Amino acid sequence: MNSQEQENRLPRRRVLQWFAAVAAAEGMALPAALAQATKPGATGYGQDPVMAKRYERGEVWPLTFTKSEKAAALALADMVFPKDDMGPAASEVRVAEFIDEWVSAPYPRQQGDRKAIIPGLKGLDEECRKHFQKNFAEASEEQKKAACDEMAKGNHFFNVFTALAAGAYYSDPRCWKALGYAGNVPIGGAFPGPPKEVLDQLGLVQTVE
Amino acid sequence: MPTIPISKAKSEYDVIIVGSGAGGGQMAYTLTLAGIKCLMLEAGRSYDVVAETPMFQTGKDAPLGGSSTPDKNFGFFDATIDGGWEVPDEPYTQASDKAEEQFRWWRARMMGGRTNHWGRISLRNGPYDFKPYSRDGLGFDWPISYDDLEPYYTKVEKLIGVYGSNEGMENTPDSPTGVLQPPPKGRVGDLMIQKHGKKLGVPVIPIHRAVLTRPQDGKKLAPELHPDNPKAQKIVEESMSSRAACFWATDCGRGCSIRANYQSTTVHLPPALATGNLDIIPNAHVREVIVGKDGKAKGVLFIDKTTGKEERVKGKAVVLAASSGETVRILLNSASGDGIANSSGLVGKYIMDTVGSDMSGQIPALENLPAHNDDGAGGCHFYSPWWLYKEQKAGKLDFARGYHIEISGTRSMPKGNSPVPPHFLKGLYGTKLKEAARRYYGSFVHLACRGEMIPNEGSFAELDSEVKDKWGIPVMKWHWKWSEHELNMSAHAQKTFAGIFESAGGKGLFDAKRDPRKAILRGGEVIHEVGGALMGADAKKSVCNEWNQTWDVKNLILCDASPFASNSDKNPTETIMALAWRAADRLIEESRKGNL
Repeated sequence: MNSQEQENRLPRRRVLQWFAAVAAAEGMALPAALAQATKPGATGYGQDPVMAKRYERGEVWPLTFTKSEKAAALALADMVFPKDDMGPAASEVRVAEFIDEWVSAPYPRQQGDRKAIIPGLKGLDEECRKHFQKNFAEASEEQKKAACDEMAKGNHFFNVFTALAAGAYYSDPRCWKALGYAGNVPIGGAFPGPPKEVLDQLGLVQTVE
Repeated sequence: MPTIPISKAKSEYDVIIVGSGAGGGQMAYTLTLAGIKCLMLEAGRSYDVVAETPMFQTGKDAPLGGSSTPDKNFGFFDATIDGGWEVPDEPYTQASDKAEEQFRWWRARMMGGRTNHWGRISLRNGPYDFKPYSRDGLGFDWPISYDDLEPYYTKVEKLIGVYGSNEGMENTPDSPTGVLQPPPKGRVGDLMIQKHGKKLGVPVIPIHRAVLTRPQDGKKLAPELHPDNPKAQKIVEESMSSRAACFWATDCGRGCSIRANYQSTTVHLPPALATGNLDIIPNAHVREVIVGKDGKAKGVLFIDKTTGKEERVKGKAVVLAASSGETVRILLNSASGDGIANSSGLVGKYIMDTVGSDMSGQIPALENLPAHNDDGAGGCHFYSPWWLYKEQKAGKLDFARGYHIEISGTRSMPKGNSPVPPHFLKGLYGTKLKEAARRYYGSFVHLACRGEMIPNEGSFAELDSEVKDKWGIPVMKWHWKWSEHELNMSAHAQKTFAGIFESAGGKGLFDAKRDPRKAILRGGEVIHEVGGALMGADAKKSVCNEWNQTWDVKNLILCDASPFASNSDKNPTETIMALAWRAADRLIEESRKGNL
């Protein structure tokens, strides 16, 4: 079942009740006060940044998450990418810092995502306080799960957050295995091509000697 | 890369070369190895490919995971320095407000220009591609034929190193035996499209790219390239020996510090500098070619961007290899804005790009494949050359020229963006999300139509009468128009791609409501800007003769893609180099006759 079908099967009213603030951020009625609460005044890295060095998050422009946004993002990222048999938790590979850097970036695409993320994190905390008398980060595992289940039924903020988290998570070589990316290693001699088991599975024949 | 400041320039050079990319690099290489003293002017800064290339860097270590931004249009690791769709100090303008009538002008401001990041696709024009007007009555014939340029394609391929295979297909030239390096094996996406394309009559074969798949045999190649020139042989052999073969990691767009692929900065310029016959001044923004009362080029006037001062350098001949748009700008701004080499009135006219029309597809058979290293040669392995010449000739198609299909995608390194289109992950979190990412990752293949645009009256560039760049130099104003041929080609490609994905049991990812004719990329977006100073057989109807010399100013030679009389579906770079080598040989000959 895809998410669209899931959303259609659920009583729409319930979804709207839950995370009303977050839902509001989806449409035109963006709470302006929330979106503009913290606006980065940074400039980009320009057209001649040093490429061959390792950057820390926040090194090229300041991170802008408030303490509570950071706490919510950290906790939500670990729900989206928990530690399991496939790989590490989001917090181990600093997904929340990546998202902070992303929404703090001075570029149009990132500024667009900021409009979903900042009000969304605030709305998430507000809803959790309403239902659980706690912010999302302090909620129990069960409560966090309930909140995520609700958002997973169809929520713009959650979709944007998940996509950014996926970009962050799989950028880290420690998460490549979970994805099945096995490159970025030098190989001597000729390129070996796909292994025989892969070709056999697909019924393909290697056509280059 | 060793450079000199203007204060160290000689009082006169044999040849001034403007631009350090494919055309300028080839010119400098050929001329300096023949003992001709050259000065190269590059508008950008110098660049150290060994120290600056981000080999093996991952998204973990880059801002935004390395994803693209307005500052770095092709991502953080793209080799381009001080370049992109916009260059802050050097604006350009559009004649129209409509997006489809605008040209997006991509520029690089660095040693080696666009060759540092290009796709390395190295296809020869075929015999038809030099005589398009004779075949279908559209556009223009070149004043040369495939046979005239063939020896130079071979020389270029030997020098830069090109992998590929000879398949004997129509208008898709084979290289002489032993010239090409062996092609790399097909990846799953390549083999999948090859198998299922065949069912639709779409042939898929190894592409030709300027990447070494084995070490270059300098001992054999250098004497073949430079017979009777022991000094050149020694220099070129050394340069070739210092290049390594591809180690199948780090995409080519980053540049290559082991020099496994061609970029001007690793292949053309080092041997040229080793001759001692080349000086290079970086940060030199050229304003005009200086022409004397006798009608001959005397040198070049440029702005030293480090001081903002106007400087002049003298040469017995001038080569412009600045890119089509820049060469046009310099020609039109010369003679204090009256323009030079323009008695035909055709400077700036007939600018072409490549028709781009792309589609990604998702193929369920590729889901959940066992993990394996799919990096390969850091670019395309396979492609489909144009296959419908006969149908076209029989009038069965509603467009006149061909396109090829470049195959990419599948299991590339994730860099900042979700490795799976987000709607495949929508509504998921936790282990289920990871399982879905694992399932879909590697199940996408990207097909790109790269097709021939026919030159038309509505696509040209002129000087803007008002807007000037940072140094007060009038900038380019662009006009753009696609004809029915290009739009119909886009629709044909979209239909073909959807069919290939279906035939593979998958689905093209596109909005069914879209107009497939409008799936065409915007003018300039393929970054194959050619034309603007076309070569021809008649001085009244062209800007250059068959030797890339302008008709009006005999010692002014245009060695980028500006003299292209057509823009076949074959990517322009190898033809730029072949024409430059041929023009350089002509210059050497003239110089030996004392005619410089």
